Amino acid sequence: MANIVLDPVTRIEGHMRLETEVTSGKVSNAWSTGTLYRGVEAILQNRDPLDAWMITQRVCGICTYVQGIASIQSVENSLNLTVPENARIIRNLLMGSQYIHDHIVHFYTLHLLDWVDITKAILADPAKTVTVDKQISPTRTRNAAYFTAVKQKLTTFVNSGQLGPFANGYWGHSGYLLSAEQSLVFMANYLEALNFQGKVAKIHAILGGKNPHPQGMLIGGVSLKLDFTAARLNEVATLLTAAKDFVTTYYLPDTTAIATVYKGYAGIGDTANLLSFGEFPLSSSGTGSPFFPRGAIFNQATTQVQPVDVANITEHVARSWYDGSDALNPTVGEAIPAYSGINLSSKYSWLKAPRYQGQPMEVGPLARVMVGYGKNMPTMVSAVNAFLKSTGLTLAQMYSTIGRTAARAIETKVIADALPGWNSSLLARLNSGDLTNKKSFTMTSGGSGVALSEAPRGALGHWVTYSGGKITNYQMVVPSTWNFGPRDANGVAGPVEQALVDTPVADQTKPLEILRVVHSFDPCLACAVHLFDPAGGDAVDITIR
Amino acid sequence: MEEETVEPSSLELDFSGRKGVSRRDFLKYCGVVTAALGLDASFIPKVAHALTAPRPPIVWLHFASCTGCTESFLRSSNPLVSDIILGTLSVEYHECLMAASGDAATSRLKNALTQYAGQFICICEGAIPTAENGVYGMIGNKTMLQIAQEVCSKAKAVISLGTCASFGGMPGAAGNETGATSVHGALGGFPTINIAGCPPNPVTLVATITNYLLSGTFPELDSLGRPVFAYGNTVHSACSRVGTANCLKGYGCRGTLTYNNCPSVKFNEAASWPVQADAPCYGCSMPDFFDKGNFYDYSGGS
Repeated sequence: MANIVLDPVTRIEGHMRLETEVTSGKVSNAWSTGTLYRGVEAILQNRDPLDAWMITQRVCGICTYVQGIASIQSVENSLNLTVPENARIIRNLLMGSQYIHDHIVHFYTLHLLDWVDITKAILADPAKTVTVDKQISPTRTRNAAYFTAVKQKLTTFVNSGQLGPFANGYWGHSGYLLSAEQSLVFMANYLEALNFQGKVAKIHAILGGKNPHPQGMLIGGVSLKLDFTAARLNEVATLLTAAKDFVTTYYLPDTTAIATVYKGYAGIGDTANLLSFGEFPLSSSGTGSPFFPRGAIFNQATTQVQPVDVANITEHVARSWYDGSDALNPTVGEAIPAYSGINLSSKYSWLKAPRYQGQPMEVGPLARVMVGYGKNMPTMVSAVNAFLKSTGLTLAQMYSTIGRTAARAIETKVIADALPGWNSSLLARLNSGDLTNKKSFTMTSGGSGVALSEAPRGALGHWVTYSGGKITNYQMVVPSTWNFGPRDANGVAGPVEQALVDTPVADQTKPLEILRVVHSFDPCLACAVHLFDPAGGDAVDITIR
Repeated sequence: MEEETVEPSSLELDFSGRKGVSRRDFLKYCGVVTAALGLDASFIPKVAHALTAPRPPIVWLHFASCTGCTESFLRSSNPLVSDIILGTLSVEYHECLMAASGDAATSRLKNALTQYAGQFICICEGAIPTAENGVYGMIGNKTMLQIAQEVCSKAKAVISLGTCASFGGMPGAAGNETGATSVHGALGGFPTINIAGCPPNPVTLVATITNYLLSGTFPELDSLGRPVFAYGNTVHSACSRVGTANCLKGYGCRGTLTYNNCPSVKFNEAASWPVQADAPCYGCSMPDFFDKGNFYDYSGGS
């Protein structure tokens, strides 16, 4: 028995430490630690609620936009303010393009090197690689000259002796199963994706001024006015078509190919429970189900999706570096940061441990996909079934490392297919003469509101309370807190801590398998460290829109 | 144009085999960088040469950040970001991009400090928590403050990328409990090149590094440590809406108080910038901007 410490865990957003205990070649225990505290909620105190979104957007720059719009929606909720139809659609386009961007960057830039050994790629035969490329995705048209150029590029790079970000990877590990030709295909796509992601981000610039941290959002709608033109929406349409093509030709087939080769990871890394708040409102009044439905799944019972009541959310701090909160009675007191070092039998993280009906819940793509599947969302059912058919996996095997990674691509496909139509409907509204981008409102001196949404990484809730025109309480419960939080007061491990148990580790000096499981959750640790006072959350009169 | 000066293979920028197109794209980009540096077009071949010379080592540190500065860097499009990483810079340490994790990552940093002592450019992203001896930010059992102290003193130069590293930014805003402050402040006045903005414009970062590759020196800085070539004028001074009915002053625009190159360089392949999307400039390249408040005047306009 020995412990493996990974600190820092890299290819993530933020700062994370992971300790695992390995017994007889398998992980027997895991402890997830968030190592940075910024105290965003404290910074928000006493500010004008109209300004809060500017601060919250900076919670995360990889998952940009989502924390800003959640704050805006929480204030709108406090005012019972709905936004014009044009603003609803523009916000959905911003959120949808954020999903596509985020997921592509995750798979290729942050996750792919867990599955692909760059040192094998430079041994590939370019001519044979063309065949392999078409096997992965028949519509690809790249020729031997293309792969020769990529191979040459990588060879030159390796021979330079300056390996940059590729140095010291777990290259040569027996767990890398791809052939040389497959490896070259994926390294080519690693580079293509790195270059392509900026195109998707341009949608944010056109509709919101820049990316990351688009600026064109406001309470009551969006700012876009002079550039709300057919010409600009046609530019968006072109970018959306390119995004859809990339997802269809590269991202989804690549994920399917990885899932096929690494089927063993369909039996590793599962969690029991899933939670989704739902996303992409389909009406500006907030009525009806969003495009991605809301729901909770317990014990992997996909067909028995339960309704969600946020009154059932609590957060534990028994194992987190905070004082002043009793885990058994979480409605009492305010959490005060109190660092006491890593002590695995006591406190070991800046993250809290959120629970729903007392249970740890995984949030993110897998939750959205399985809730959508369980609620018979047609496009989701068909995308999941197509993936299962291609790989020979079962629905039950979606609860796994590879299922989680695949779910991210599956939902990207569903969104990428939907966005062009949403953009067309916006163009039709514009052409019919409706240019309304925002609604005026009268700010109240006091109030409270909530916004529940789905960031690309999972369920996101913002709660705001203000009085005398100033914020008196602000809480965020964010995706990676759910996924990466520590044990709760009852000693129950968080989702990623549970998922790691039983992961085989072939070489403890190169814990590649552990990285695969952890990265499948797409860690975003800067987002995850926040204070949440459930007493404030419960006090809010919740109207979800 | 002396195209031979921009050989060799690193010009196959997009791996598509369309070498001529890529070369034109590259030279176009060199033109953008040259203009951003305030040089005339005759410098374009020199800029191109500088961008293809032996790759300077970069150590990129993440502190109390949102990783938005890294994301902004990834939006470099011309040359493509893959070519900056494979062909222009040698990114020795970057927690968000590097393959290595844990001890394998930490040893990369250690090696870079030895192998490239006094030669590497250190890019800092995020503010540094200083309260309680820095315990609010830890990496590999060291505080971020310790890491900054250890690494920055060994660098050829330190670039504070973004408003957090430059001025404290959001984590250093009023009410913060962590004592988060700029790299300059956390290190007792250590000289840094501040490429402020939330996010910083990637063109400004690449231009600053190119300037170093060209001349061996770093650009002239203003009183806030920002390169004059990018922050020498107000946003207002180059804004196309000045004097028109569409000026956003009535919505609280801070373009007259804010120094940055947004209207001329724009963002995301020059697709737009905030004012073009009718979002007033809120002054993100200025110190304490998060504490100014009233970012949008809802009573404004007509």
